Amino acid sequence: MPSMTSDLASHPSMLEARDLRKHFGGVEVLKGVSLEIARGDVVAVIGPSGSGKSTFLRCLNHLETLDAGHLVVEGETLASTDAAGICRYVPEPDLRRICRKMGMVFQQFNLFPHLTVLQNIIEAPITVKGLARDAVIPRAEELLRKVGLLDKRDSYPSRLSGGQKQRVAIARALAMEPDIMLFDEPTSALDPELTGEVLRSMRQLAEEHMTMLVVTHEMNFARDVSTHVVFMDQGQILEARPAAEMFANPSHPRTRSFLEHML
Amino acid sequence: MNYVIEILGPLLEGTAVTLQVFLITLVLAVPLGLGLALIRVSPFRIASGIVSGYIWLMRGTPLMLQMLFIYFALPFVPVIGVRLPDFPAAIVAFVLNYAAYFAEIFRSGIQSVGKGQYEASRVLGLSYGQTMRRIILPQVVKRILPPMSNETITLIKDTSLIYVLAMNDLLRAARGIVQRDFTTMPFVVAGAFYLIMTLVLTWGFLYLEKRYAVYDE
Repeated sequence: MPSMTSDLASHPSMLEARDLRKHFGGVEVLKGVSLEIARGDVVAVIGPSGSGKSTFLRCLNHLETLDAGHLVVEGETLASTDAAGICRYVPEPDLRRICRKMGMVFQQFNLFPHLTVLQNIIEAPITVKGLARDAVIPRAEELLRKVGLLDKRDSYPSRLSGGQKQRVAIARALAMEPDIMLFDEPTSALDPELTGEVLRSMRQLAEEHMTMLVVTHEMNFARDVSTHVVFMDQGQILEARPAAEMFANPSHPRTRSFLEHML
Repeated sequence: MNYVIEILGPLLEGTAVTLQVFLITLVLAVPLGLGLALIRVSPFRIASGIVSGYIWLMRGTPLMLQMLFIYFALPFVPVIGVRLPDFPAAIVAFVLNYAAYFAEIFRSGIQSVGKGQYEASRVLGLSYGQTMRRIILPQVVKRILPPMSNETITLIKDTSLIYVLAMNDLLRAARGIVQRDFTTMPFVVAGAFYLIMTLVLTWGFLYLEKRYAVYDE
């Protein structure tokens, strides 16, 4: 199969994944996935359930450990596999430092329930980066204003709607000033009428040229916001192309039938 | 009524002993139990296994047996054998025993926090220690308040076991007076004392539960 990834990277790559492999028990979830993302790319990863999209995303920032493959983030190697097939990650301090370049938003939000909205956002900058509280708060408030939730600053997460929680989660991830944002089905746990507000925040982020990788079932977002679309099925990338092309003229029959079902 | 006031003195002395054992045990066994729980949930298999064995031993034998062992048998054990006076012997037994129960409470609390909390912490760059300290344990406190309330109430009553080392706790003091005066009144008064102590504990824990109720899971 010819490399379908090289055409995504016209600029120096932000993220390079090569031949990622992962299995759970006897099931091969990733069967050699490669993808290269350039600065400012907004990549939508689509495909049927169980196609390995989420696992792929979770392998990028080491929430799952790879069986094999190479991962390079902004020119720094995160994981590599030698000729004998043994996959090695860089030492723990480097691993954590490199993974911190990638912010992540989860399907289930995963806000810290014992902390207020503001505390959720400033926790990592203070604890991990060692920044002063006073220095972090204005920035956190600015992020909250951006996602339209400044008035919820002192609320606990349990008082928020799903859409509000997810917007706080986005602000929390941005507070660590990542270079890449990973979204793992960010609207799948939301009532339909709440997805819009989350997608608006994501669209705004895309317009500010944040590099984004979004696993999603929202075809409108994939078509209107993303620069590239990746179609995954059965642990492989079947097609990766600029968004407009993908929707106008999907080349793989499976992509075509999937899009027909979704649109 | 005059009789009650008359026996109040010795019963209060007994209460002081009871409270001492209670407080010292609590102050020492809670942190020890937390430490044991953290080892128990850690990925270090051998250490975790040793802690499991320890908890089995401490929960699997009577506290009274452990106390008698530490007081009477420990002096004859090679290498670690020491002869402890009655009060320290009682404290050591209570701390070792209650730490095992507290460890299990902490463990269940830690394991009840969802995987998502660890993952969110990790992608934000928090280390395992920071995740435990800042994210997991603060949530654990709220979850374990009801079982902790139970266990501390049990502890205050369990302190009466120290009578086997001939120490004058509240219950033994009451029994002494009963045998001397041929009246069961001291038992009633002692019972009232226990009830007051457990009432204070119950209120204390209710206050804490209310304080932690500012957020929901």
